[in-house]
Amino acid sequence: MVAKPIITADAAVDLIREGAVVMLGGFMGCGSPAGLLDALERKGTKNLTLVCNDTAMHNLKSGEMTFVARLVAKKQFKKMIVTHIGLNGETQRQMNAGETEVQLVPQGTLAEIIRAAGAGLGGVLTPTGVGTEVEEGKKVVEVDGRKYLLEKALRGDVALIRAKKADKAGNLTYDKTGRNFNPLMASACETVIVEADEIVEIGELDPEVVVTPSVFVTHLVRARQ
Amino acid sequence: MEYVANKENIAKRIARFFRDGDVVNLGIGLPTLVGNYVPAGVTIVLQSENGFLGLGPAPAKGEEDPMLVNAGGACVTIQPGGCFFDSATSFGIIRGGHVDYTVLGVLEVDQLGNLANYKVPGKLVPGMGGAMDLTVGAKKVFAATQHFDNSGASKLLRRCRLPLTAAAEVDYVVTDIGFFEVRGGAFALKEYFKPYTVEYILEKTDADIVVDKDCMEVDLG
Repeated sequence: MVAKPIITADAAVDLIREGAVVMLGGFMGCGSPAGLLDALERKGTKNLTLVCNDTAMHNLKSGEMTFVARLVAKKQFKKMIVTHIGLNGETQRQMNAGETEVQLVPQGTLAEIIRAAGAGLGGVLTPTGVGTEVEEGKKVVEVDGRKYLLEKALRGDVALIRAKKADKAGNLTYDKTGRNFNPLMASACETVIVEADEIVEIGELDPEVVVTPSVFVTHLVRARQ
Repeated sequence: MEYVANKENIAKRIARFFRDGDVVNLGIGLPTLVGNYVPAGVTIVLQSENGFLGLGPAPAKGEEDPMLVNAGGACVTIQPGGCFFDSATSFGIIRGGHVDYTVLGVLEVDQLGNLANYKVPGKLVPGMGGAMDLTVGAKKVFAATQHFDNSGASKLLRRCRLPLTAAAEVDYVVTDIGFFEVRGGAFALKEYFKPYTVEYILEKTDADIVVDKDCMEVDLG
């Protein structure tokens, strides 16, 4: 097995060009790589498209923000493809004011179109969203008498992943509910940057417990302790 | 008769449907309360769409683990025998018909089984999260709602006006005054909760209601 480069968070975000499609693991921040987000905020790269379950939390009254919400507040995204923005008042404000394009996608559909991209499929047929606004502009395909929407696969340029343990080859395990979208996004992007709590030698991870195979991963970053 | 909102009664009644081994996904908010009223001797398996089976109660103070959260982002626990998985597997479980019941909150629900609970255009746009997949995928869908909104308007309607979360997917509606089955384009009233009456429900609900032949009064205490 070939070792992947271990780089700093600042060097990692240099790989994200202006206008890139960035897939960010995490569910309300649980399973998001905090060090990579900090570095991307410092660098200030703009016009990005965010693909993430949500935009974490931003309480407009108290000003409290978590995880990717700080990058949203700095207007680093021109577009966000997300499933839920209920706890981020700033994302809702930007959407309603027409400042940022927000595309709301059913959570199961978002997971599956990312998985499809990573698996080399053109898209998936899902019954989710039939008869709702989600159907608008999409092809409806009937299979054995049931209606499905054709949802096209979604690829990204860079995935920002949070792992519990990585070996130097890039095999990954996750931490409880921190798994969520991470393994899917790791399969669907050109550049896959993993912030790991712990990086061990090749051979130290039991092959039976690896969740994300090394083949998907391009760069490793050590999480701050 | 005066209407008094009673979320606990909604949760109590829904919890009585569950049988040992049922796999259940509870939405955030009112539906989460259902977990508090599962009858003694009945063990259900709670699925949490952010990626695990075996959702347990909130941890004791000081024992919270920020890496173990529910779909609302709150710290929870996992039961013995539970397991974690990614979001594609989670929604495979949901869409694939491996969840017996889902309980979801309501902005509007209508007599065709249409549910609106994710968007008030221009005002409230939280997003659908997992709700569209849950309504389509769970074997049975409970809509859990106060019977009237804060202005006194019926939340059970002939036709939803808001953007739909799902079309014709709701099976049962449980409010704080009665239990309804969506059947043949109407709400079939199966139970009315003490102290409300059939007449009260028929008069105050802005929808077509058929009184089931076995309709009965239930005292939820």
